[in-house]
This record gives sequence, C-alpha cells and structure tokens, in this order.
Amino acid sequence: MTREEIESREDESMMDAPQINKPKPEEFFNVNYLRIYYGKSNLFPYSDIHKWLSYGHDGKHPGCDEYYFGRREFSFTLENDVYLRYKSFKNASSMEDAIRSHFPYKIDIGAVYSVDPDKRHAYSQTGSNVFTPVERELVFDIDITDYDDVRYCCSGADVCSKCWPLMTVAIKVIHTSLTEDFGFKHILWVFSGRRGVHCWVCDPKARRMTNEQRSAVAEYFRVYKGNENNARKVALMGYSLHPFLARSYVDYLKGFFEGELQATQSIFSTKDKYEKILAMISDEDIQSELRGKWENSARSSLSEEAISLVRWEQLKNTLQSKKHKAPTLRMCVEEIVFTFTYPRIDLEVSKQMNHLLKAPFCVHPKTGRVCVPIDPNNCDEFDPLAVPTLSQLIEEINSGGSRMDVDDDSDDSDTSLLGKSVKFFRSSFLEPLLKSCKEEIESSYKTKIGKSKDSLSW
Amino acid sequence: MEVIRSQKRTPSNDTVSNPKIPLYLSAPQMEVRLEEFELFAVDRLRVLKGVSDGLARGRNPKEMDDLVDTLWKEHMRDPDASVMLNKDIISHFVLRLVYCRSDELKKWFLSMETALFRHRFRLQNFEAQRAIVGEFGLPYKAVTGAELEGLKERLGQVVRSLGQISPTVEAVYYKVPFEEVPDLVASRRVLIQKGFAFVAGSQLVSLVVTQFRSHISKALILTNRKWTTTIREREKDRLTPIVEALSTSYLGPDYSQSTEYAEISLKDIDQVAKSSFPLCMRHLFEKVREDHHLKHGGRMQLGLFLKGVGLKLDDALAFWRAEFTKKVGSERFDKEYAYSIRHNYGKEGKRTDYTPYACQKIILSAPGAGDHHGCPYRHFSEDNLRAALGRMGLSSRGMEGVMDQVRNKHYQLACTMTFEAVYGTSCDAGINHPNQYFEESQKILKSKTPPAPV
Repeated sequence: MTREEIESREDESMMDAPQINKPKPEEFFNVNYLRIYYGKSNLFPYSDIHKWLSYGHDGKHPGCDEYYFGRREFSFTLENDVYLRYKSFKNASSMEDAIRSHFPYKIDIGAVYSVDPDKRHAYSQTGSNVFTPVERELVFDIDITDYDDVRYCCSGADVCSKCWPLMTVAIKVIHTSLTEDFGFKHILWVFSGRRGVHCWVCDPKARRMTNEQRSAVAEYFRVYKGNENNARKVALMGYSLHPFLARSYVDYLKGFFEGELQATQSIFSTKDKYEKILAMISDEDIQSELRGKWENSARSSLSEEAISLVRWEQLKNTLQSKKHKAPTLRMCVEEIVFTFTYPRIDLEVSKQMNHLLKAPFCVHPKTGRVCVPIDPNNCDEFDPLAVPTLSQLIEEINSGGSRMDVDDDSDDSDTSLLGKSVKFFRSSFLEPLLKSCKEEIESSYKTKIGKSKDSLSW
Repeated sequence: MEVIRSQKRTPSNDTVSNPKIPLYLSAPQMEVRLEEFELFAVDRLRVLKGVSDGLARGRNPKEMDDLVDTLWKEHMRDPDASVMLNKDIISHFVLRLVYCRSDELKKWFLSMETALFRHRFRLQNFEAQRAIVGEFGLPYKAVTGAELEGLKERLGQVVRSLGQISPTVEAVYYKVPFEEVPDLVASRRVLIQKGFAFVAGSQLVSLVVTQFRSHISKALILTNRKWTTTIREREKDRLTPIVEALSTSYLGPDYSQSTEYAEISLKDIDQVAKSSFPLCMRHLFEKVREDHHLKHGGRMQLGLFLKGVGLKLDDALAFWRAEFTKKVGSERFDKEYAYSIRHNYGKEGKRTDYTPYACQKIILSAPGAGDHHGCPYRHFSEDNLRAALGRMGLSSRGMEGVMDQVRNKHYQLACTMTFEAVYGTSCDAGINHPNQYFEESQKILKSKTPPAPV
C-alpha cells in the first residue's frame, strides 16, 4: 500500500472498490490543488459561508448590526502546523483575500465576540472582561475513533462501509432529539472529512446559550461513561428508560443492533468478542451459563452473522427470565445495545463557547475530501468514501470544460461534484435560516422603535 | 447599608414585604449598629458552618432540611419577625464582604448560601414557594387539562427512570424553557419537548436555586470590586479589621486555657504522644525526635498544640532545647529559637497569647519541601497515609473507611473515623481541633484506667 504524503503517520488502507482511473493516493491532496480550490475556481462557497455567518446582518435593514460578521473569530492552520488564531474579517471580500493569501490547510470557526478578535488587545486594558464570547452555535463533534472498543472492522483513523453506519445512527438519534426535544430548527450536519461528523445548531436561541446550558445539553446526550477500569460502561438505572432514551432505542438503536450491526460486526462470533459482552452482565452465574452454551456450539456450520443472532436471542431469553435477580440486571439488554450503538459525542467540544470547530467545505489534508453537508433526513444514503476529493474536483475542472460556476443556480450545477452539496447547503439550510433571521431582526427593530416612540408620547 | 455607632436604630419599613426568605437582590437601605454588624455576621456564620458540616457528613436532603431548621432557630431567631428578617439580610450582606475577597472564599460562601437557601426553600409550603419563584420573575406556567393528559405517559416514564417503581405523576407540572433548569436537563430528570422542560412541583427547588446561585455569584464579583477599590481603604479603622477576622474565625473553644485533664509534664510527653495525639501532631512529634529539628510551620503547629495540651513554658523550653541542641547547639538555640517559644506563650513582644490552630487552619496550610506540618489526611500521599495509619493501629478494614473520606476530601471526617477506630467509640461531634482530639482521647483513657491506689 502506498502511503499518503505530508505528515501522516497513519497507514490509510484503501477500500477495494472497483473503480477505474483512481488517482494515486499522494494526489488526493496537495498544496497546488488547494490553491486552485480556494482560488478563482469558484469551488469554495465564500459568499454562502459569509451569508450564513452574518445571520441576516447584511446591512440592508436599519435593524442590522453591520459589525456582526467582523466580530467572529476564525483560525487558520497553515502548512507545517503554523496556527493563526483570533483572525477576523470585516466582510466577505476580506475573508476571501485572507484565505487566498494563506491557503490554510484548515479553517476553524469560533465564536462571535464582544469586539473584533483581532482588536481584542485594544480593549483588555479597561479592567473588566470586555473581550468575551457573546454568540456561538451549539456544536457537536462525533468521531468514530471513540467507538474503537465496539467496532471490529477498522480502528484508528480508518473508516469503512461496515462501521460508518454507527455515524448514521448517531445522526438520527441526535437530530431527532434536537428537533423534537429541544425544538431547534436550523441544524447543519457536516462530514468532518475523514471519520466523523459535526453538527451546527444555528437557532438564535442556541447561539445565545451559556456554557452551563451547553454543558447541560451535552450531559443530556451522554450515556457512555467508559474507561479501561470498568467493563460495564453503560449503566441504566431506574425502572424504565427516560423517554428520550426509550424513543432512541425503539426507533433506531434496537433495529440497528439486531439488524445491520450483526451483519457487519458479528459481535458474538468469536470468544474474544463475546467475552466482552459477557463482562457487561453483572452476574457470574448468568455469564457461566451463556459461556457454556457458546463454547459448545463453536463448531456450528452457520455464518458468523447467524451465529451472532442466535446467541443474542439466547442472551435476551436468559436475561429476561433472570433479570429480577438484581437491579443491575434490570436493563442489561438495553445497556448492551446502547454500548454498541448509542452516539458518543465529544463533550468538551460542546461545553464551551470559545471552542473552535472546522468550517464546512474545508478540505481534509489527510484524505483530500471536502467537508460536505449531510442531509439528516437522508443520512442512510451518505457514503464517506464517495465524497469528492480535491483531486477529483481539480480533474473535473480540467477535463470538464464547463465553467465551475457554483453561483449558477441552473441544473448544470447539480451534476458537478460539489455543486450538489452547495445547492443542498443553500436550499435546505441557508435559505430557511436567513428567512427566519431577517424576521427576527425586523421584529426586534420594530419593538425597539415602538418603545422609543412610546417614551416620547405623553 | 449604613453602619453607625451605637444609636437608636431607625425603624425600618423598607424590608421586603412578603417572602419569608429574602432574595438578597439588593443591599438594604437601613442603618446598622456597629456591634450588630459583627454579631449578626457571626451568628449567620455559625449557621453556614453547620450547613457545611452537615454536607460533609453526607446528610441526605431531608436531614439537611431538619438541620437547617434547627440551626436557623438556634442562631437567627428573634421574637420580632421584622427584626429577624433584618438580621437575615444584614448578616448576608456583611458576609458577602467577608467572603468576596478570594476565589476559595467565594466558592465556599456560594456553596453554603446556596445550600442554605435550598433547604429553607424546601421547608416552605407550596404557596410560599410559588411566591418566591414569582419574585425571581421566572416565566413558568402550570400545565393542566388536556396538555397534561397527553404528557402523562411519558411523565410516568421519567418518574420510573428515576427509581420510582410506580409511574405516579405529580398533580402539578410547570412548563419552563429548558435553559432555565440546566441541572435537571443534564441529569435527565425532566421530560423535554419542543424546547420546554416539564418540571414537577417538587423539582421547583432546582429552578429557583439555579437562579439564586447565579445571582449571588455575580454579586460576589461586584462586591469584590467595590471592596478592593473603595471600601477596604475607607473602612480600614472600622469595618475592615472585623471583615478580615471573620473569614478565619473558628467558632469552637479555643483551647488557649488548658483544662484539668490536659496538664502534662515533660516526662509523660512521649507516652502521651503515642496514646492521645492526633495524627498531625504525632507526625510532627516523631519528626522532632527523629530529626532534632522542625521548620517554622511545624514549630508553630506543634508548639501551640503543646501549649493547649498543658505543657508549661519551662517544660516547653526544655523539650525544644533538648531536641534542637542536638542539631544546632545551645547558643544558637537561645539566640534563634527560645525567643519565639516564649513569644508563643505571650511572654514577649505584643504579649498576645496565641491560640492553638484549629483543623480548618491546618488543612488550609501549604507545607512545602522539608515541612511536616499540615493535615496528613490532606497533605500525605495515599501510601504514606496508609503507613501512618497502620502505625496508629488501624486495621485494613478501618483504613478503607478513612481513605474513602480522604478521597472525598472530608479530612476532618477521616480524622474522626481514625479516632473512632483507635478508641473503639463513636465521636458524634466530629473532630475539628487537634486539642479537642487530645482532650476526648484523655477522657476515654482516664475513664478506663483504675483509680490509683491510695
């Protein structure tokens, strides 16, 4: 296997997908392609990103805050890991100019602060904390390496069609909760470029949440509490699941566990694998009983998947009859399902307003893939290994002959590799968001005017 | 708040009208006598320390409710309701001045005032609670009728998920934006739908306490600013010394006068150290015998303790001299160390009779390289502590209980458990002073020895 260039120390194994004319690995990503991507190729959607992060403050309405965009922090990671923080831009063109002069390997988006990040030192002299975050999207980061203890097909930076479904399930569970439980409406899911997904909740209410409130939501989502010191990493207490967990279990997790997961991971098929599950049952007798059954049937002629299913049924039946033995056995079956399938979010990313997160439509330096949006209502269709790479995009420009004009709303852009993603970003996320932002700016302006009118009236 | 010298207090009619628990939202506009300034604060401090003690002992919420009720009646009650309310408000604001001055003090005060508020709130009846919630201006609505019916099943699920076997749902639920109850959200103790949390009447406490805590936290920052910029300087001859003394005040007996049990002489000292000294002093004592020296922190901690235990000045001088001269020689001892021993006994300089350190002070000390003072439960590594406890005679089972307290940072409880294990008796009052440990120990040992033959 050839290695990728740049500083990658990990061995990226490639999928055996039957594709012709596959670019060589070292060509997935390189600096020249990056320059074209951010250059005049009209690939990177500068104006969409600017519109998004302006949240309607485009200066066209008297209620707009024309300085809003300028108070957003960006950070650039350059070649050789040079890191530039607290960058801010007055408008879309200065953002474009900055990106085109640095060609960063990674662009992160931070919070909107009380003053321009790059002028923060001018204010910090006046005693009280003037430079402070005032708005920031509620964000989530899910990385498949956090599931390494429950996926057997890959580990580390690798991801394949067998384990990616874990991300799909995670998106479904979290997205449903964000909309149904928390009532959020403007949610953007983005592929992180290699092995995970990011979620940006952009409702005004979400952007104004305090760190304590963000922490509360993150903890609400938290179920897995694992480290190498305990075998039972999911402990569901009480007599029933909380409605959120119950819904997640019934609508997504149970079906996934008993279906696709068995097919792709065969979690009971070998001794190593099933011992891990037996360790989650806090009763030695039940463990021995099951172990006895499974050791004896080791030479079955069934497929791995079929064996796993049979054993799962046996486990469920045994636990069903014995669960009254101890409170820790009451929801053991559910605990096992949750351990293998429930989303594992990176809590630290969500808890603090000042945490930076990679911008959508960046290119991942190790895979060359673009961080494209994912449609949460269609996430089963998403294939991380079919995401356009930088080299594919460049090739398309070179061979295509058609102008890669991403601002063109005609059907042509649907067929281009990136056009579809940009179109989705605009129609499903940006347009509804901007409409609602403008309504809010309008109504709060009216309120303000109304108030001052009242104060003048006798 | 105006602090004045002894004068007749103007009748105050600007107290908050109905809530039984004031919210301390703004400093009261009333005149306070200087004596009351300190006295009220000390009484409230007794309540807060009682709360702290209760929490450290792991009292459950119902026990804490009762404890707070008792403490409040004991220290803060007055037959005149408006006087009682004034004392409540004034004492809180004085303590804000005292406890705003460092992060550690702020954290303690915030925790205790919040806990105090929580349990006082729980003791109120439902109407009073609703009134207080209203005072905070919280946007809550009671859920009734069809909407409540539609939620009943899932509300029952929440109740069961929290360990109640039957899904009986409370009569009243409040629909509150989820942002208002972060701790209920985080622990999945509420049903959430479309951005609203459905809070049970019994959970209302949580809502209110969050508001209270947040308000006090912000207030402490502002108070600190005012203190450092204006108040401290302006009041340096009047209020400032009182404020500075209050935060370190230990509110039990000070052991500066030793009692009848505690007079020890030099010849008994080794034996008594083994039998009755708490771990901190045993360690220091052993080190003096071993190294023939102690650094300043250790000399102060052990020296004052010995004074409290009944060691006379002459005996003390003899003890320290006997050890130190082995290392530094007699001339240096007289020149460098004798003076400070005499100083500790109030025979030199200001002639202040220094009081032995209480646990609180010892725990907060910061022993560095070469030091042996401090509290072993806090400052020793786990291995060293186990070894030391073994030398005191603790079994491995007894040790586990102690180590558990240590892990939870309940150092005084750890010492109390050690006491109980060593003497085979319970110590309900809890150890909060090394001299108390000594006295209690001596009481037990003396009651066991047969009377000397005539």
